[in-house]
Amino acid sequence: MEAPPSYPKELERIEIQLLTEGVYQHYGFDFRSYAYTSLRRRVWKRLVEEGLSTVSGLQNLVLHEQDAMERLLLDLSINVSTMFRDPQMYVSFREQVVPLLRTYPFIRIWHAGCSTGEEVYSLAILLEEEGLGDRVRIYATDINEAVLEKSRAGIFPIQKMQEYTQNYLHAGGTNSFSEYYTANYDGARFNPSLMRNVVFSQHNLVTDRSFAEFNVILCRNVMIYFDRKLQEHVHGLFYESLVRTGILVLGHKESLRTSRYEYLYEPVDAKQKIYRRLS
Amino acid sequence: MTTAEKDRKWKRASRPSLFVVGTSAGGLHALSILLAGLPASFDLPVVIVQHRASDSHDLAAVLQDSTPLVVEEIEDKVILEGGHIYLAPPDYHVLVAPGELALTTDEPVRFSRPSIDLLFESAADAYGAEVVGIVLTGANHDGCKGSERITQLGGRIIVQDPTTAESHTMPAAVARSIASAMVLPLDRIAGAVAELAARGTIKGTRA
Repeated sequence: MEAPPSYPKELERIEIQLLTEGVYQHYGFDFRSYAYTSLRRRVWKRLVEEGLSTVSGLQNLVLHEQDAMERLLLDLSINVSTMFRDPQMYVSFREQVVPLLRTYPFIRIWHAGCSTGEEVYSLAILLEEEGLGDRVRIYATDINEAVLEKSRAGIFPIQKMQEYTQNYLHAGGTNSFSEYYTANYDGARFNPSLMRNVVFSQHNLVTDRSFAEFNVILCRNVMIYFDRKLQEHVHGLFYESLVRTGILVLGHKESLRTSRYEYLYEPVDAKQKIYRRLS
Repeated sequence: MTTAEKDRKWKRASRPSLFVVGTSAGGLHALSILLAGLPASFDLPVVIVQHRASDSHDLAAVLQDSTPLVVEEIEDKVILEGGHIYLAPPDYHVLVAPGELALTTDEPVRFSRPSIDLLFESAADAYGAEVVGIVLTGANHDGCKGSERITQLGGRIIVQDPTTAESHTMPAAVARSIASAMVLPLDRIAGAVAELAARGTIKGTRA
């Protein structure tokens, strides 16, 4: 899924710019500040699967056929994840963040860019085990309604359960992981009661504003798809949306180091990318 | 391509801007030999994908012991600096953009994440003829497509002589498919890399 080597690079850049501009103006989805290298790969994946050979051809198709736009939207916005990805982060969250959360009567958490929900279920399980399940509300958002639908369903591939069980154990899980799901013909269906305090809703980090004040914001491996300018914009959004001393959790290889917001946070666990907003 | 032709092509080649390295099984040993052979004055960036499990040991710390150059695990959007050795973190793809590296968590490519093909392809797209790809020991075919892309866009490939590799599959596959590849025993690769990096730039060939 690559441009042919002979495809003119400058023209390709112009075409991708026109495509994202057209998609923004016509549909309101703003991919104009997505990181070019990964955006480009995803555009080519769609283009090849549609049987096309130029980016302009894809532009023509998605502007005139909404179904094609929905397929492109899936390709551009799905971020693959696993349950308890980076188990050490969860260990650190239990040890360093949960004690802070216990001091609040009620806890609001924003899981931004939750994609198909694997990490929302992971967090819900952790909070349940720490006895915070009923003092918390998790707002899980994503740009893409189709993946939110998947999140709500809470059905994950059964063949992933072995890997997830390992992750769960490394993440400091205190129960038997298999108690959280029932294996059905269509996959492992997670206990819906885990989601009793989770609200899934569509939110666009690029174009939408903050919608509440949160004690914790998690946004993991979402901003890696954004360019620096957009990353900075989203950091601004998160900063405004956190209460004083609120917690920000980023992906394992994302850094505040390159951001001017670095000085407005202190590390809680720098290695696990857990930060606290300075008051 | 005859050996003589190959030699002429390599002798004409100008100083690259970036080295990318791919390896899997046996890579730790091969990488430490490669890095140990680079001089302290080496001033180009080197980006490495080594296949490994997500819970594996701290590879950067291990490799740091073999070189005075700075070895670091890649964080998203890190700026490329000369004399730095950048290691792909487990479970992320690395994409080269002009002047920086970006990470993605997209699906594994041919069962690998990080993928050598993605590193090489994106390096070729960002740096064209100024990339040198190096394929070391490995037990799969990752790196073949990426090596093709590098040569198609004018860059060059160095392959570890499969007979000196702990696992010969990967270097053998690349050596077969890339006629212009320079095939060298492991202990001579660092010297070739250092020699390329020490060449003067030819006016007009660098971006």
